[in-house]
Amino acid sequence: MSRIVIIGGGQAGVQLADSLRSEGYQGAIDLFADEPHLPYQRPPLSKDFMSEEDGASPLPLRAGTFFGDRAVDFHQGVEVTSVDPVGQTVVASDGSTLSYTKLVFATGARNREISVPGSELVGIRYLRTLDDAKALQAELGSAKHVVVIGAGFIGLEFAAAARKRGLDVTVLEFGPRPMGRVLSQFMSGYFADVHTDSGINLKLGEGIASLTGVEGKVSGAVSTSGTEYPADLVVVGIGVLPNSELAVQACLEVDNGIVVDACLQTSDPHIFALGDCSSYPNVHTGARIRLESVQNATDQARILAKTLTGKPTPYEALPWFWSQQGAVKLQIAGIIHCDDESIVRGEPASGKFSVYCFRDGRLTGVESVNSPSEHMAARKVLEQRLPLTPELVMDADFDPKSFSRQSAFLNPNDKEGLERPATV
Amino acid sequence: MPKIFYHHPGGATDVIDAVPGTSVMRAAITNGVDGIIGECGGQAMCATCHIYVREDYIGALPAMNEDEDEMLDVTSSPRDDERSRLACQIKVGPSLQEIAIDLPLTQVEP
Repeated sequence: MSRIVIIGGGQAGVQLADSLRSEGYQGAIDLFADEPHLPYQRPPLSKDFMSEEDGASPLPLRAGTFFGDRAVDFHQGVEVTSVDPVGQTVVASDGSTLSYTKLVFATGARNREISVPGSELVGIRYLRTLDDAKALQAELGSAKHVVVIGAGFIGLEFAAAARKRGLDVTVLEFGPRPMGRVLSQFMSGYFADVHTDSGINLKLGEGIASLTGVEGKVSGAVSTSGTEYPADLVVVGIGVLPNSELAVQACLEVDNGIVVDACLQTSDPHIFALGDCSSYPNVHTGARIRLESVQNATDQARILAKTLTGKPTPYEALPWFWSQQGAVKLQIAGIIHCDDESIVRGEPASGKFSVYCFRDGRLTGVESVNSPSEHMAARKVLEQRLPLTPELVMDADFDPKSFSRQSAFLNPNDKEGLERPATV
Repeated sequence: MPKIFYHHPGGATDVIDAVPGTSVMRAAITNGVDGIIGECGGQAMCATCHIYVREDYIGALPAMNEDEDEMLDVTSSPRDDERSRLACQIKVGPSLQEIAIDLPLTQVEP
């Protein structure tokens, strides 16, 4: 009998199990999840979960009855420890061995850890899993001075939530701008102001040099400028590393993630990879990328389910992202580079505006603040590769919603010259 | 406990007893009611928990904020000016002991 083994119980793995059944797959599905919980949503952990009101109840990905209803053999709290790609078997931490007809890596990513002096002190936390979040949530009740290392999405979402609880919050960022890798310079600067205005002590150009402690517990963070900031809680958010060790051991090609083709197939025809752990050729950028997002995980799962049920389908969905930092909702459509040409539409002071990013005259992405309908219009424009130019965006009469609708009826010939970038 | 009636397009109905303070989205996901996705975790940012509230209950609902209003313009199934809401923005509890909603045909673009 056919058996698909999925390693990983995050958004990607669970959606894949779900979509395989929706696509009519009738063989066995085995899903291995190394965490001791039923699969849950991670995004709220750095946001609502950290508020005083929310009371720390995780949002499940599916009901407890899901696995039984869909005939998915869910191996809760069990890790796959080795893969034999020749014999097509996996060995799990409970001692079991399973053979597979297809194997899927949905192993996700893990936090990068700091290794400065003092890293081992009590009170230094990371935020990725439900257990991480519960521990942090508990400590927020008694903490006074919080230092966040890294001004990325997770770090700033957490910082905003901690600040809202009235704590003294310092954020250390080695780079010149918050979220500098993934946002336009304008948007990055906007967020620097938002957080500073809320009372967060945002220190740009200052990395972490060491952590100091009293009786084994953290008491301060010393930055690369030599300044010591008091801290009874330190949260590290300096990015993630793809979980690709098992893939390396299985002799799969790995390069910042498990290398897959457009159909998410690895260098072994029986093995696939998706979500945070996979590096795939992105048709929108013409480059190979690895994305860490819910959209990427779930859309890849829906597409892979088609391929695994005999309908090979390349993954071409438009990437989109969101972040909630205090009262500011940021939504991003497309992949933006910090040096793209950017055009601001709307009035940033009003708290509602968008930034349109162009590269070589082509729209690469749109960042929207508290403007969900503009974000959705931007997604349509990008998905359909409609011919939006910087000049059009700068026109006072430009209306993204009607542009995204009207242009959908354009003669396809009008889109000449807007074909996809050269394939990877 | 507050009761939520989820009416599916095919005619079936799920009846869920929800813990007070729970949103109509969370109650659906926690109890395995199909037809609501809630991909953004309840922040009115994905429009995948679109519901049509039955007329009798519309008056008891909290007012709609701007975010929800904007997202309802871009749902996968058409918006109904009177009945459309996002399930993540409606919590059951003392002021909403019972609600009946219709699920749309789709929550995501095909």
